Amino acid sequence: MILVLLAVATAFPFVWLLATSLRSSGTVFSFPPVIIPRPPTLANYVGVWQTMPIARFFLNTAYITGMGIALTVVVSALAGYPLARMRFPGRDLIFYAIVGSLMLPQHVGLILNFVTMMRLHLIDTYAAVYLPSAASVFGIFLLRQAFLTIPNEIEDAARIDGASELRVWAQIMLPLVSPALATLAIIEFSAYWNSFLWPLIVLKSPDKYPLAVGLLYLSGLFAHNTRYVAAGAVMMTLPMIVVFLALQRYFLRGITVGAVK
Amino acid sequence: MERQTLARPAPAARAGRRILTAYLFLLPALLLLAAFTFYPVMFGTALSLFEYDVITPPRFVGLANFRALWTDRYFWIALENSIKYLAVVPVLQGCAIVLAIWVHRSTRGLGWLRAAYYLPVVTSIVVVGILWRWLYDDAGLVNFILLRLAVLHAPVHWLASPGIALYAVMFVTLWKGLGYYMVIYLAGLEAIPPGYAEAAAIDGANALQQLRHVILPLLRPSILLATTLSAISALRVFEEVYVMTSGGPVYSTYTMFYYMFDQAFGALHLGYAAALGVVLAAVTIGLSVASFRLLREGGLSYY
Repeated sequence: MILVLLAVATAFPFVWLLATSLRSSGTVFSFPPVIIPRPPTLANYVGVWQTMPIARFFLNTAYITGMGIALTVVVSALAGYPLARMRFPGRDLIFYAIVGSLMLPQHVGLILNFVTMMRLHLIDTYAAVYLPSAASVFGIFLLRQAFLTIPNEIEDAARIDGASELRVWAQIMLPLVSPALATLAIIEFSAYWNSFLWPLIVLKSPDKYPLAVGLLYLSGLFAHNTRYVAAGAVMMTLPMIVVFLALQRYFLRGITVGAVK
Repeated sequence: MERQTLARPAPAARAGRRILTAYLFLLPALLLLAAFTFYPVMFGTALSLFEYDVITPPRFVGLANFRALWTDRYFWIALENSIKYLAVVPVLQGCAIVLAIWVHRSTRGLGWLRAAYYLPVVTSIVVVGILWRWLYDDAGLVNFILLRLAVLHAPVHWLASPGIALYAVMFVTLWKGLGYYMVIYLAGLEAIPPGYAEAAAIDGANALQQLRHVILPLLRPSILLATTLSAISALRVFEEVYVMTSGGPVYSTYTMFYYMFDQAFGALHLGYAAALGVVLAAVTIGLSVASFRLLREGGLSYY
């Protein structure tokens, strides 16, 4: 009972945000708080869409997220494979170096990553946003664990057919680890979709901003019109919530895999 | 033709080829990690001994940056705030454990409860910040409810009072992180065989005793992991502060990471920022070692 109450209290700000975004008048500061707007209207959404380059922010976010997920998944799946299924000198050393890098103070690296991006003339490009996080230690670890569980017989059968290593990987192994690939893709979706600090540092022109950075601008610009800001916030959050509710299982699996490390 | 050479190469060539294949698979990951993790952390640490503003070449200054930190008022303010922020860790972990135990026990609606608590975790920090800025407003919902319940007599300026703002931001960290740590503890609880608590109950242990002597000791690996993760992110807190208070009022929420960010990307004092980063790293490492000691060698040994 307390649990349900607490859950309602935790989720309440979201309901209130949605209600505010659907109201035709008033502000977020009216009492008692409005939960069912009468009559509900989409006018705020239309208004924000027309006055702000929300569509542009959406495209930017979608592009960065898409590229980020694709790169991270491919890089992790490539690296996890030899670490799990091949014997070669230096394998264990590389594996421990990769996992051990989690303990490095990443925030110190932030400064130099900015300098690197300047040297590569990538400041104010999308690539600067997704490249530094494309090699995910978590992803490599997750995929390695998944490749480890595949029985040897399957691999041997493929090898007898004389398939090249890349074909064995792409056509036999990858389909067998698809749950792990999905888990990684979803975890990375939320990471890239919500990423805020790094885009803020490397992107300079507003027409390249992702939603998170754009929304902060929006909230400064429309400080007096909280309904517009609420509409923008809902538009940014909704895709994430839909993906989360639909694929909850993979999300939670991702966290617990990380936790068992 | 290609196939035949593949089928019967000399043993040494085959071994060489195998090693090459393995490294080719690893190449993209290793290149990216080297460029964006190992290189920047190593040279970022070294940069703390230099003066560097991106435009002119770095100039070696020895420990001058650290000496400057020692007499820098804002450094001490930022360090104090970052360390104060650690107060969120025990509260957050305590709440997450209790919540996980409750959610674990309740069989009905488990999925929905978990989802409700997890919602803030997957929400952008910008949306969370905007929401809580409204909730904390003088005319906001938090004041409204507390005034109605007669807990308060006058509205509190949650984010505008130097004595309160840091704790108000901490509460948002708690709200946003609760679901994440709850899931870690749920996984830990699921790994405990149900027989343990039952056996304790049969021996006459009450709920509190079961928690203290059975559940908590068995959860210790999860507690260690979650506490360390949460302490590291508390020391590095930045985004919540940036979105909600911008370090104010009068530097009362100015943290180490915030100062580093300002110095690096605002003032372009990259060497000084690196020195701040190194101090923050040293505090973090010291604390992680301490928490490992404390939680691993504590009195609750069970294996």
